[in-house]
Amino acid sequence: MLIPHIVKPRPDTGLNNGKLGIWLFLASEVMLFGALFATYLMLRMGSNDWPLGTKYLDPMWAAINTIVLITSSVTMVMAWAMSAKRNFAKFRLFMLLTVGLGFVFMIIKYIEYSAKFDHHYYPSTHVFLAIYFTLTGLHGLHVLGGMVVNGYLALFGKKHYEQDPEWFTNRVEHSGLFWHFVDLVWIFLFPILYLL
Amino acid sequence: MSDGHHEELGFWRKYVFSTDHKVIGIQYSVTGLAFLFFGFCLMMLMRWQLAYPNQPIPLIGGLFGDARAPGGIMLPDFYNELGAMHGTIMVFLGVVPLAVGGFGNLILPLQIGAADMAFPKLNMLSYWSLFLGGVTMFGSFFLEGGAAQSGWTSYAPLSNIAPSGQTAWLIGMIFLITSSLLGSVNFIVTTIQLRAQGLSFFRLPFFCWAQFVTAFLLLLAFPPLEAAGVLQLMDRLADTSFFMPDGLVISGEALDISGGGSPLLWQHLFWFLAHPEVYVLILPAMGIVAEVIANNTRKPLWGYRAMVYSVIFLGFMSFIVWAHHMFITGMGTAMATFFQTTTMIISIPSVIILTALLLSLWGGSIRFNTPMLFALAFLPMFGIGGLTGLPLGLAAPDIALHDTYYVIGHFHYVVAPGTIFALFAGVYYWYPKATGRKMSETLGKLHFWPSLIFMNGIFFPMLIQGLNGVSRRLADGGATYDFAGAVGPLNRMQSWSAWGLALAQIPFIINFFMSLRAGEKVGDNPWDATTLEWAAPSPPPHGNFTTEPVVYRGPYEYSVPGAENDFTPQTQEG
Repeated sequence: MLIPHIVKPRPDTGLNNGKLGIWLFLASEVMLFGALFATYLMLRMGSNDWPLGTKYLDPMWAAINTIVLITSSVTMVMAWAMSAKRNFAKFRLFMLLTVGLGFVFMIIKYIEYSAKFDHHYYPSTHVFLAIYFTLTGLHGLHVLGGMVVNGYLALFGKKHYEQDPEWFTNRVEHSGLFWHFVDLVWIFLFPILYLL
Repeated sequence: MSDGHHEELGFWRKYVFSTDHKVIGIQYSVTGLAFLFFGFCLMMLMRWQLAYPNQPIPLIGGLFGDARAPGGIMLPDFYNELGAMHGTIMVFLGVVPLAVGGFGNLILPLQIGAADMAFPKLNMLSYWSLFLGGVTMFGSFFLEGGAAQSGWTSYAPLSNIAPSGQTAWLIGMIFLITSSLLGSVNFIVTTIQLRAQGLSFFRLPFFCWAQFVTAFLLLLAFPPLEAAGVLQLMDRLADTSFFMPDGLVISGEALDISGGGSPLLWQHLFWFLAHPEVYVLILPAMGIVAEVIANNTRKPLWGYRAMVYSVIFLGFMSFIVWAHHMFITGMGTAMATFFQTTTMIISIPSVIILTALLLSLWGGSIRFNTPMLFALAFLPMFGIGGLTGLPLGLAAPDIALHDTYYVIGHFHYVVAPGTIFALFAGVYYWYPKATGRKMSETLGKLHFWPSLIFMNGIFFPMLIQGLNGVSRRLADGGATYDFAGAVGPLNRMQSWSAWGLALAQIPFIINFFMSLRAGEKVGDNPWDATTLEWAAPSPPPHGNFTTEPVVYRGPYEYSVPGAENDFTPQTQEG
């Protein structure tokens, strides 16, 4: 039994199954983060002591993290391009760089979280911190998930690449779409939490 | 994925951790039916308390322990626990797994001529995620303080301060939501990518359209509830105040929290899911009824295209009606006006679909077999459910009716004699496809007629009680309130009807299991139907079709003038 359109796109839709699947998954992710952004708005509009982000947070670290994530999106695209050009060694290099940058992001996040806890800023301190920890925590989990998948493709993907490089490249592309999405969520999180 | 090997799989891979859509569909169906029965049992206990308030439960009263029912007399907390879990289980573990997971998995790939779902491993994962959710929900009864008690809606801040059963409820919900998300991605990709050659979208049976739109609702409406679940978990476990307002005082003591949250926020996030969820419950039912009616009237559906456009429009609109559940929360008249307008608009496509199904009967030579009886009963039952919803959708009458038994009567007419009858129709209709044998007609009719009578015996009096103002959340059914006195005796009629309904399910249970061995053996197409699932062998082998199906015509070519038979299968050339 062979399920069609796993690798080659279906002619009338122009999509392979995985690509459609990942876009649908991202649509549901938009609704997940959309609900949390709506929560942020509703809490902020209902609050009479909403703090400026800088009262609790340090935009410096977040700015560095923004640069880290945007760079990782570039290396992600490079990884996909190298796989499409059938250069596995360079693919692996760029993919590991992507995972490495994700790791840097998480370390900076760890430093930030520790600084908050040192100052006794907890999710229970203020509803602003509650939404801050929830949003960045959930986003951090998404970064971690992306790192696991990307790391798997970089470290254990060789066999699959050799068997079917086109299928493998599709997988890299789908994982990349998710990675860009996670990046994009951060682009929204950064201003609403740290700057506005 | 695509493994070309054909060696025999072991028992565990073949029947338990299977990736075959038919096995997964049957797993979903059996799980759904079992939870429907369990949820029904919870309700039958509640019905004792409503009919005979504060009298010991006979026979089994001693089983619940002193914490729940000292001396066999049900405590209000126990009543709340049963109520909350009845709603949760019926919706999320009963009807949705059966209607979407069961029938969707079993029938949709067959109807579009596919060998399996697009992502078989994901399919398996989504069933087992549901299973874990079910285990979590069921297990929560054994926690200290019992299962969730804050209603299936889990309104904050009550749910925030409830015992630990509520935490289990949230974790269970996260499993169930994950299951639905994985399933819905799978259904949409399968429908778009795996349609057989020649099967354009407007040749899809209406059932496929209903499942397709349902999958979008699940995909896009469930994530906000997942967000809400995460927020409530934070409130309960990390002491945040998302749903806790400033200055909350409980039992005379100010809570030690930061405050600044909004209880209304929970309601918005919850109903943003839960209104589309109503359509998740009803659309697959409409799909099943459409198939059964077209087949048993032996003529095409009246207004197939109008039905398809209606179901798409219904899907869109269902995202912007949610706050009609919140008219009396004080959210403001501007909001109420908007949401009552959208609510009136969304009733139009529902009416179009129901009218089209009704007109489809006109001039048909109807075969009154068991699936058709259930499908026919669906029409007036869903009609009552839908029409009684109109006063609730308008802000002014809703002020009087909100949170009364009228609401319970209304939505139970939609899902109990509505959706569940359609699901029974589906079980009787597709049983031969899944097993190769027909269910007994005699037992089927013995199941149908009492069920129809008792369903109405339960739910119609609720409408009367509600119009008299009896609140839906009284643990004694209103026995202590004067105004409920006149309609109080109706409680006994409802309870006896409920227990009668339980007896009426015995022929079904016998039929379901007996027919596995003793049912009449049938061929591939016992109902003389046109759609693709009947072109596959019964039961279909792994990979479904013996030759790859090619589609030449629309889904309901019954009684075509000049045709050889009164049905022309979609696979017939010319």
